[in-house]
Amino acid sequence: MTPTTNRHPGINLGDMHEEASDACESLVFGFWVFMMSDLIIFALLFATYVVMLGGTAGGPGPHELYEMKSAFLETMLLLASSFTFGMASLALKYDRTKGQLLGWLVITLLLGLAFIGLELRDFHLMASKDGVPSRSGFLSAFYALVSLHGLHVTGACLWMLVLFGQMAVHGLDTGVKTGLLRLGILWHFLDIVWIGIFSVVYLGGLV
Amino acid sequence: MTRHHLSAQQENERSSELRSYVVGYVLALILTLTPFALVAWSDLSNMKLWSVIGICALIQIVVHFRFFLHVSLAKQKREDLHLILFTTLILVIMVGGTLWIILNLYTRIMPSMLP
Repeated sequence: MTPTTNRHPGINLGDMHEEASDACESLVFGFWVFMMSDLIIFALLFATYVVMLGGTAGGPGPHELYEMKSAFLETMLLLASSFTFGMASLALKYDRTKGQLLGWLVITLLLGLAFIGLELRDFHLMASKDGVPSRSGFLSAFYALVSLHGLHVTGACLWMLVLFGQMAVHGLDTGVKTGLLRLGILWHFLDIVWIGIFSVVYLGGLV
Repeated sequence: MTRHHLSAQQENERSSELRSYVVGYVLALILTLTPFALVAWSDLSNMKLWSVIGICALIQIVVHFRFFLHVSLAKQKREDLHLILFTTLILVIMVGGTLWIILNLYTRIMPSMLP
């Protein structure tokens, strides 16, 4: 049977995984509701950031604080991790063994961790140039937006570790499959938010 | 690698989904590299650069929705689409409204705060 409709956002498991596929329809819809409300939080933090751009209070501004090279590296890492998560979803859907799935997930996790590491290094360098959240309204808005995204990525990495644990205990059962699908949606969503961050915050600030 | 347990139909579906991820990744790369390269090396005016960055970002967001999140206007369940459209509506009202009101206030009483 060819699926003529998508039952939910993200990859659809289809009739090879009937039980998980049925469970996913409502679970993923609920998660999608959360994702969309999260999107509103991020969008309003973007609006706050733009409004506070002028509020540097004599402190350092975008040109002194941002580094194009590390923003570019972070972008590449996150984009690559989105692709590798896609490969993991394909392995989940079409492979009978867990090998490929685990391999792609581990690569994704490492890319995510490298992203967090680079971001922490950025924050550290900024702090050494007097770019701390309490310095100005501009910096408060910057840290609220960018570190909230960083926290989301950290949360997603933790979630992946928890899923590894569940996989070890229960194997690839319906609960784990639906969990992986929702984590995939979160992961791709965080990459979409990052498009906004590198465009508005980093590139917009460095122009 | 051959997957013997897959029917021809499933094998087709698999390769079309794989193609979708690869196409999405390549498009996303192009749409990311263009604005980064322009900001790093070109001497376009600021206004032009901002427009290019904005347009590339909007297209890239659509690409991610379509190829990574598999959201498509034609095939999606109606509730999912309603949710996306409603969220977009809220975003436009709240973000647009915030920017309009606050920036308008800045030009009237606090010109120093204008970005």
